[in-house]
Amino acid sequence: MTAFIDIILSGVFHAAVLFLLAGGLQLVFGVQKIVNLACGAFYALGAYFGITLVSLAIKFGMPAYGLIFVLIIAGLLMGLIGPIVERLLRLVYDREEGFQLLLTFAIMLLLEDLIRMIWGATPMTLGNLSMAYGQLNFASTSIPTYKLLVIGASIILALGLGWILQKTNFGRIVRATAENRRMSEAMGVNVVWINVAIFTMGTILGTIGGALVVPTAAASLEVISEVVVEAFAVVVIGGLGSMRGALVGALIVGILRAFAVSIYAEIDLLLIYLIVIGILIFKPAGLFGKAVES
Amino acid sequence: MSARTKFTLLACLAVLCAAPLYLSPYHMTLLLPAIAYSIILLGFNLLFGYTGLLSFGHALFVAIGAYTVAILTSRLGIKNMEIIFLCAIAASVVIAVPVGLICVRHVRIFFGMLTLAFGMLFHSILFKFYELSGGDSGIPVVRPFLFGQDLSGMDKTSFLVGPFFYYSIIILILLGTLMWRIVNSPMGMHFRAIRDNPRKAEYLGIQVHRFRLIAFVISAIYAAIGGALLVVPVGLADPELAYWTHSGNIVFMTILGGFNNFFGPIVGAFAFIGLKDQLVGLTQYWRFALGVVLVLLVLLLPNGIMGLLQARKRTVSQEKVQ
Repeated sequence: MTAFIDIILSGVFHAAVLFLLAGGLQLVFGVQKIVNLACGAFYALGAYFGITLVSLAIKFGMPAYGLIFVLIIAGLLMGLIGPIVERLLRLVYDREEGFQLLLTFAIMLLLEDLIRMIWGATPMTLGNLSMAYGQLNFASTSIPTYKLLVIGASIILALGLGWILQKTNFGRIVRATAENRRMSEAMGVNVVWINVAIFTMGTILGTIGGALVVPTAAASLEVISEVVVEAFAVVVIGGLGSMRGALVGALIVGILRAFAVSIYAEIDLLLIYLIVIGILIFKPAGLFGKAVES
Repeated sequence: MSARTKFTLLACLAVLCAAPLYLSPYHMTLLLPAIAYSIILLGFNLLFGYTGLLSFGHALFVAIGAYTVAILTSRLGIKNMEIIFLCAIAASVVIAVPVGLICVRHVRIFFGMLTLAFGMLFHSILFKFYELSGGDSGIPVVRPFLFGQDLSGMDKTSFLVGPFFYYSIIILILLGTLMWRIVNSPMGMHFRAIRDNPRKAEYLGIQVHRFRLIAFVISAIYAAIGGALLVVPVGLADPELAYWTHSGNIVFMTILGGFNNFFGPIVGAFAFIGLKDQLVGLTQYWRFALGVVLVLLVLLLPNGIMGLLQARKRTVSQEKVQ
């Protein structure tokens, strides 16, 4: 039982971070119709900048419990790279998907070396700062409180995002633009601004995801291309462009990985890819995606 | 093929064959992967340039070729390169047919994602199953026999820049000629019709899925043969060959040379290897420089180097008319 709770918890924690990353991918795909291969680089940028900002904050006497807030601020600040990248992507909105993919691949290469220039190639960690939050004893097992806080933060972000997209005027405009860009342009929507705003929001989700995970895992350059594939798996399972899909997909991938790692570590990622391929074969639009023309 | 193209081609071949006379052994060893990638990209472009399917998992088949050489030479003791090629072809067909059957039902972004998922599936098999594939350290490649000749007595450099170099060129010429015949055959017309308008192609009686599958399998075979040639100089087949960023580089090279042109992929392979070598020598941040090149390519030069050359030729001939 104890082991079971441990597995579920680490799975949900993983899912919480994956949801942020994949949610960013979905948001951008929904509006701009671009699959962003550079999302892993945003994630890594958030992680590295989180480390820098936390070490800076500690120098200025940050109390230990401020960690998660500093990390979220780091994610928000790093999101400022969004408008710059969007400016570049804007040039290919009307081009074929292949070129759009390649441009995001190029941006990934650029950002990867940018990280190498600023932080170097050796992996960085935050040590065990997150232990300041202590552990929660629960049914004969102890859970690091930090992980629960991250899950909570992710749920709050998901709810906030859902509220923005479903209930606000801005959200209605965004959904209308995603549905039919030219029509909403004709209705007087400033599509250029919507694109910038959505891409920045997508970037921020990725950078916050990376920043929040960094107290529990090292920030490294390998992470960049690794998380892209996992985020891909999530959006394929959930359905491209669907936020609900991102949530369900993240839970599936996160929990399955946690089980796979503890039962038979060799099949860890293998299992995820098999599910992805199964979904693409039998339900190419994903669990929550719209049907696509073939 | 116009007389002029023929002449240029023969001149390029002569320059390439004479390379040992004027290039240092170091630069010679750069030509070997360029030739191997030329073969891989010729196949890739049948799929991308001619049939209009962008695969982001093509490195899967490169790795199949590479691991075929590695397993046959170092584990089973089969060293005849020709037999290895046959095995690589067989292995790539065995994998490409089921994978292709699934993938070709989708187009555009879904085709790209499916191929990426299959590539990563293969990568994680190679990476995790240590007994089968040597895990992350890979499998060493023992020097193969070329045309039945045991050349293990030669030192490494003279083997690579001598017999192996010319052997690679022969394979490139053979496969290049074959690909030229394929794209200029009725089947090649089918591929292009499917790329430009799949629905219309279907009305005209072309079995779209079947021909997409044929293109997929042919490109997989080329990738496997190229992959086999690629790892002989390196001496090692490792899982990185199947990683998705390697597939990204394959797309990059094709765009660099120009996917609208038959010779574009070959130009792209040589240009990419040369460019990367220069950049790596200049700066440790060569990925940044490569990224900049790719951004510029996508934005300003979508038809690649060959597109640039042709545009110039066109303006020159227009000036002549005036």
